[in-house]
Amino acid sequence: MSDKLIDIRNYTSSPSAPLLTARGLCFDAGGQRLINKVDLNVAAGRCTVIMGANGSGKSLLLRLLHGLIRPEEGTINWEGQPLDRAGRQQQAMVFQRPVMLRRSVAANLRFALSVRGVRGEERRAREAETLALARLETLRDKPARVLSGGEQQRLAMARALICAPRLLFLDEPTASLDPASSLAIENLIQGARENGTTIVLVTHDAGQARRLGDDLVFLHAGRIAETGPIKRVLDAPRSEAAQAWLGGRLFVPEKTETDSIKNGV
Amino acid sequence: MDSFSGILVEAIGLILSWDPDVIEIIMLSLRVTLTAVAAACLIGLPLGAIVGAFRFPMRTGVIIAMNTLMGLPPVVVGLLVYLMLSASGPMGVLGLLYTPTAMIVAQTILVTPIVAALTRQVIEDLNSEYAEQFASLGVGPFDRVLALLWDARYSLLTVALAGFGRAVAEVGAVIIVGGNINHVTRVMTTTIALETSKGNLQLALALGLILLTIAVIVNGLLMAIRGTATRAAYV
Repeated sequence: MSDKLIDIRNYTSSPSAPLLTARGLCFDAGGQRLINKVDLNVAAGRCTVIMGANGSGKSLLLRLLHGLIRPEEGTINWEGQPLDRAGRQQQAMVFQRPVMLRRSVAANLRFALSVRGVRGEERRAREAETLALARLETLRDKPARVLSGGEQQRLAMARALICAPRLLFLDEPTASLDPASSLAIENLIQGARENGTTIVLVTHDAGQARRLGDDLVFLHAGRIAETGPIKRVLDAPRSEAAQAWLGGRLFVPEKTETDSIKNGV
Repeated sequence: MDSFSGILVEAIGLILSWDPDVIEIIMLSLRVTLTAVAAACLIGLPLGAIVGAFRFPMRTGVIIAMNTLMGLPPVVVGLLVYLMLSASGPMGVLGLLYTPTAMIVAQTILVTPIVAALTRQVIEDLNSEYAEQFASLGVGPFDRVLALLWDARYSLLTVALAGFGRAVAEVGAVIIVGGNINHVTRVMTTTIALETSKGNLQLALALGLILLTIAVIVNGLLMAIRGTATRAAYV
């Protein structure tokens, strides 16, 4: 086996049991294969960071893992069983561009709870607790769509966290936010981790990846180019794609299937 | 023939005199129209929302049908409702022909496709914005329709207004199924048509002015509501 060959088949981000398992995921659009035979285990209680160049399929992979879109091929298992509605109800996702309902801040939170059947006193308590957690108490009656970008993303995080998900998908949650807003979001992510929430985070920010992540999955052209503990991959990437990206170079693989194919993906 | 200004002055005088017959005609017009619009909204809003929010076989055909029915000729609707409600028709036993109820039925049939088709467009646009978030939250079909209707409420007011505009100005269907009977089924539009043909232009113009005033008031209210909603970014 070449030293550039990284075996990601059956890669598990930690010794703990995988919460979510993907096998042979493929997704096509417009006649192109955008996700190609991705195998991935998301370990419980860990923060798995997905990185890669624009168009490498990070957001698409996140949507596939969350069950928002169906793969052409492959399987996604939640605790060993095919991912179904019950499994998805234990997950939440925060999108790069937060989608705010045309309601107040508090009503956005209440909506998430009402969908899960949480009502009455418990709903009021969780609403108040989450507003405080995201530092949104003073904005509770404001229309959500007039909030600033940072406030909207905090609300999106709060809406995801209010249902106490076991797995939280985050698709570049701090993209286009200022440093203070980014820090507020990172604090919420860190808090969720400390409460035992498993995180899958897509980011372009290597610093953020180091601060929050345990494991790194590096995607290139819809395939996993490299995986491993975050520090090791960021400090000493083995795949050409990760080396090029971290070095700020554009990496265009030759048509002959090289790096990623050798990697067994 | 009197000059236009003379007719206008007499028409305004009629309005200001609060003639009981005129008031009766206005009230019946509003009752018929508002009831028809309410019924059309009860049917058209959920129907449009379901078509706008979900994919199903023959959906495109349903949308084409809804859009086509928006242009239903009122006299054809009037004729169909007449045939249904006439003594020899399948619903003749109800004895509804030449009653305000028959006029409400005809107007509801006219307005429902407008409400449904416009609602479908509004909800489809909103759903494309919300779809992933709803899927992520695990929102079920019933909750999704309710949430979309609620969040589109200010846009849907415009839809209801479009239906109101169609119904309140409609004459062809209501004159066929209502018969324009004095003190029973005489509404503003049918009275305008009748009084113009009789040469009683003062009353016709008075009712025309009132019709226009109602349209202005409704539009003004709607603009005010939408303005408030826009400032709150609810539109």
